[in-house]
Amino acid sequence: MIELTNVHKAFGPKRVLDGVNLTINRGESMVIIGGSGTGKSVLLKCVLGLMVQDSGTITLDGEDTSKVERDAFLARFGMLFQGGALFDSLPVWQNVAFRLLRGSLAKPKEEAREIAIEKLRRVGLTPDVADLFPAELSGGMQKRVGLARAIAAEPEIIFFDEPTTGLDPIMSGVINDLIREIVVEMGATAMTITHDMSSVRVISDKVAMLHGGKIQWTGPVGDMDNSGDPYVTQFISGSAEGPIEAVR
Amino acid sequence: MNALTKLLATIGRVTLGFLALVGRVAIFAGQSIGHIVRPPFYPRELLTAILNIGYFSLPVVGLTAIFTGAALALQIYSGGQRFSAEAVVPQIVAIGMVRELGPVLVGLMIAARVTSSIAAEIATMKVTEQIDALVTLSTHPMKYLTAPRVLAATLVVPLLVGIGDVIGIMGGFIVGTQQLGFATGPYLNNTWNFLETPDIVSSLIKGAAFGFIAAVMGCYHGMRSGRGAQGVGRATKTSVEAAAVLILAANFLLTSFFFAT
Repeated sequence: MIELTNVHKAFGPKRVLDGVNLTINRGESMVIIGGSGTGKSVLLKCVLGLMVQDSGTITLDGEDTSKVERDAFLARFGMLFQGGALFDSLPVWQNVAFRLLRGSLAKPKEEAREIAIEKLRRVGLTPDVADLFPAELSGGMQKRVGLARAIAAEPEIIFFDEPTTGLDPIMSGVINDLIREIVVEMGATAMTITHDMSSVRVISDKVAMLHGGKIQWTGPVGDMDNSGDPYVTQFISGSAEGPIEAVR
Repeated sequence: MNALTKLLATIGRVTLGFLALVGRVAIFAGQSIGHIVRPPFYPRELLTAILNIGYFSLPVVGLTAIFTGAALALQIYSGGQRFSAEAVVPQIVAIGMVRELGPVLVGLMIAARVTSSIAAEIATMKVTEQIDALVTLSTHPMKYLTAPRVLAATLVVPLLVGIGDVIGIMGGFIVGTQQLGFATGPYLNNTWNFLETPDIVSSLIKGAAFGFIAAVMGCYHGMRSGRGAQGVGRATKTSVEAAAVLILAANFLLTSFFFAT
């Protein structure tokens, strides 16, 4: 279980997170929605330790994440980055098997390559993609490779940062379905940040709305349309009228 | 009084900013050394860095050295004629290349070629979240990116300096024997007999120091890059400027240390 308690983070005078409280239960797929610049990525990076919150606590299974052993902590996570964040200098299979080629999870090269090809197949890519370089792939293929890398070491927790940004609707649908299938299949805990409502409906068990540095509403995805929360209602409808200012 | 206070405040702010920068760079350099000596090690990345910094720099180092050595021979001959000292061309080319021009020019070429490339590569990785990706994959970015590059540059640049010294002396030799009328045997004898071990040792030590500075500056500015293409461009430019100035300053300090007495 991931638990955030009264988490604050500011950049100079700008308060991005202003007392975030959120609980993500084991095996649950939580999607955090909110407008651009509302601190969704910052929240995710604070959980991973890529940024340090100014105050408040983040715990994983009851342990304060700032005090755990970093390698063991990070070994439990997989992450799909918004732009893929694939390493340009490495072929696709080495990107996917990065964790399996070094560190505590290191495996022999041939075995790592086999696993990488299997994961590529799992995300709908053929083995001949394995020896290409990221620059030779389309945006959708890069997302798939990023997804394959995120699941390569079979993590307990997977984070997805804007998984469908920059993709056409069909490819977005394919990626959403893949994420849902993989999360269910692996029994992983998932945390996704997005402002794509089609992703929310496919991927999530629960939804949290982040605005003004706080979680404004959280609940099961089935309750989202009738939440009665003005922020959620405005966000879903995409209306310029409501408590969320259109010009930020 | 108010203007004086403002002036003092500005001077204070600039001084504190400069000292903070020096502190940050020193800490970064110390951390780089720490990551070089502590496992895990990444031999593949080290080998790649050695090839990029060493092998692929050979053409530019060779061309720089040969033209410099040749021009130096002409200058010494022409200047030496004023006081009938044109015969010292072999000795002065040798000492000038080995003690000073070889290390400095190779250092500056490495700053231009390698520092810029390291800074641009790491800055782009930062902008595209590849550095964050490394962290989530349980890999320390300094250990994976900085340590191999800094170690490779520190090991390889002395070799480049040694090669540059030899090629520079060859440039002087070609001009001396083909254009200025020196005999081949005496030119080589004079060169060889005049050079002393401390000349060569100081040249190689300077190379190691300059390689270290060039790589640390590239990594430091790449890691601290701002966002977007502008951030990458600024990191690259600043890294080359900083490396070049620090190499020249270090050259003065090392020359003072080796030869001031």
